[in-house]
Amino acid sequence: MFKYILKRFLMVIPVIIGVSFLVYFIISLTPGDPVKMMLGEEASEESIQEVRDELGLDKPIIVQYFKYISKLVRGDLGVSYRSKRPVLGEIVARFPITLKLTFWSMLVAIIIAVPLGIISATKQYTLTDSICSVAALIGAAVPNFWYGLMLIIWFSLGLGWFPSGGYEGIKSMVLPSITLGTTAAAIITRMTRSSMLEVVRQDYIRTAKAKGVNKKVVIRKHALRNALIPIVTVVGLQFGHMLGGMVLTETVFSIPGMGRLMVDSIKSKDTPMVLGCIITLATVFSLVNLCIDILYAFIDPRIKSVYK
Amino acid sequence: MENVEIGKDLLSKEEIIKKYKKRSQFWEVWRRLRKNKLAIIGLIIIILLAIVAIGADFIADYDTIVIKQNIKGRLQPPSSEHIFGTDEYGRDIFARLVHGTRVSLTVGLISVSIALIIGGFLGAIAGYYGNKIDNVIMRVMDIFLAVPNILLAIAIVSALGTSIINLMIAVGISSIPSYARIVRASVLSIKDQEFVEAARAIGSKDITIIISHIIPNSLAPVIVQATLGVANAILSTAAMSFIGLGIQPPAPEWGAMLSGGRTFLRDASHITIFPGIAIMITILSLNMLGDGLRDALDPKLK
Repeated sequence: MFKYILKRFLMVIPVIIGVSFLVYFIISLTPGDPVKMMLGEEASEESIQEVRDELGLDKPIIVQYFKYISKLVRGDLGVSYRSKRPVLGEIVARFPITLKLTFWSMLVAIIIAVPLGIISATKQYTLTDSICSVAALIGAAVPNFWYGLMLIIWFSLGLGWFPSGGYEGIKSMVLPSITLGTTAAAIITRMTRSSMLEVVRQDYIRTAKAKGVNKKVVIRKHALRNALIPIVTVVGLQFGHMLGGMVLTETVFSIPGMGRLMVDSIKSKDTPMVLGCIITLATVFSLVNLCIDILYAFIDPRIKSVYK
Repeated sequence: MENVEIGKDLLSKEEIIKKYKKRSQFWEVWRRLRKNKLAIIGLIIIILLAIVAIGADFIADYDTIVIKQNIKGRLQPPSSEHIFGTDEYGRDIFARLVHGTRVSLTVGLISVSIALIIGGFLGAIAGYYGNKIDNVIMRVMDIFLAVPNILLAIAIVSALGTSIINLMIAVGISSIPSYARIVRASVLSIKDQEFVEAARAIGSKDITIIISHIIPNSLAPVIVQATLGVANAILSTAAMSFIGLGIQPPAPEWGAMLSGGRTFLRDASHITIFPGIAIMITILSLNMLGDGLRDALDPKLK
């Protein structure tokens, strides 16, 4: 098992390096002089040149990138143009908020989606199935920033149950988690349904039913376990979507997380901050995918045996 | 005399067969698609939206109605004069939605085309040549896939600047990997089939084989992905405009309209509600059509 985890982990490292280069390259295309952004428009030519030399901005992009990455592995992501504080510090302050929100949203998504998908599959072509499928179809089409605003109109401005934004206590997390959770739930429901449908047609399910195993046990132990791989995969992918969707949800609900930090940084052309945010989020996403891969081995021993 | 008759008959029969054969695959798919009610509803809505997009200027004039501000008539609720009400600058929301259809569909189609051309090309090469080329291309695609789509698009727009063209490039580039993967997979399943071998045996060049034999035969999954891809592109466009990184006001874009109404949620929620419904209907119908096409094109279900 350890060997398997190590092997998967080693495969992630080149991807993370690649991602950092890709993002670094894209961001470096930003027009304008970063030094002027840092020092302000009134800075003298000499001081500008001094900083340019110091940062190595006249060197080729690949050299600059290596400088950036060698600082990055030491935990130095540069200094924000806007706040003049280290990028890493701000990210560390904001990231837990985003992570917490992702966690709650994923919980909402799984709690809604997996049971609905199972019910839909076991009662295929019934009214329940149709209702679930249509709901999932609509859920997948709703833009989540709009959905968030609708929730604010009803539950916050209308009924006054939850705050319309901000980040204070558990109450402020309810609407954002529902926003992100239900849209993800739509996708996960569809995947659960189709994956379960494929499994319940298998012979071993019929055998289990024939030998008189309780129907619920058949679903839980025989069918669900074998249908889990695609479900776990889609949950992992949804995690990535959520990290991306955070940019929108945090804007809608004025939550001071990383998504918000990134949007603000882009608007004020704070390149080191944008770079730091995207690299962090992409790294987290890669690590989540790694966890999903490792989880496969626990779900399906056949996958593990390949790596022995 | 009789022989000539038979000859004529045969010739015309051949023609008929040729005609019939060419049409049959299309008709077969259409026959199966037609049975799928959801897909047909989706298709009809998309056709209607396309008509609205093309004829937007006949419904409402761009300069005098869509972007001209009228502060006196701002934030009016829906009425017989303005069926969806007016926005924060007194512009008719219905007219703006109509013109927004044009913006969304255009951006959706063009960005998917960008992704399809580049991704399809890379995928075809990777699948056809295999080995090192395949490895290099697909590892690069893996790197692209490791960044959530919308973040990649945001990074590109933040670097290139906000404009409609940069937006299409950003949304397009960020979805290249999914097309590369799909095309590669279907090329892999086709390249060892007999008709490709036959083409190679008669001395066709690689590029001819790829363009005239492999690509046409691997289109089915690509069409499905492209249909769903347009939906995703429209959603991304709206999302980026919503956070101010997409299409800039006063251009009528659904996401930007939504964003404009945020300040007036309490008193004039209609500004926010209608553009969202427009986005939802568009995405929903594209998804329904895409799902239907997938079922109709899947030979396993025959």
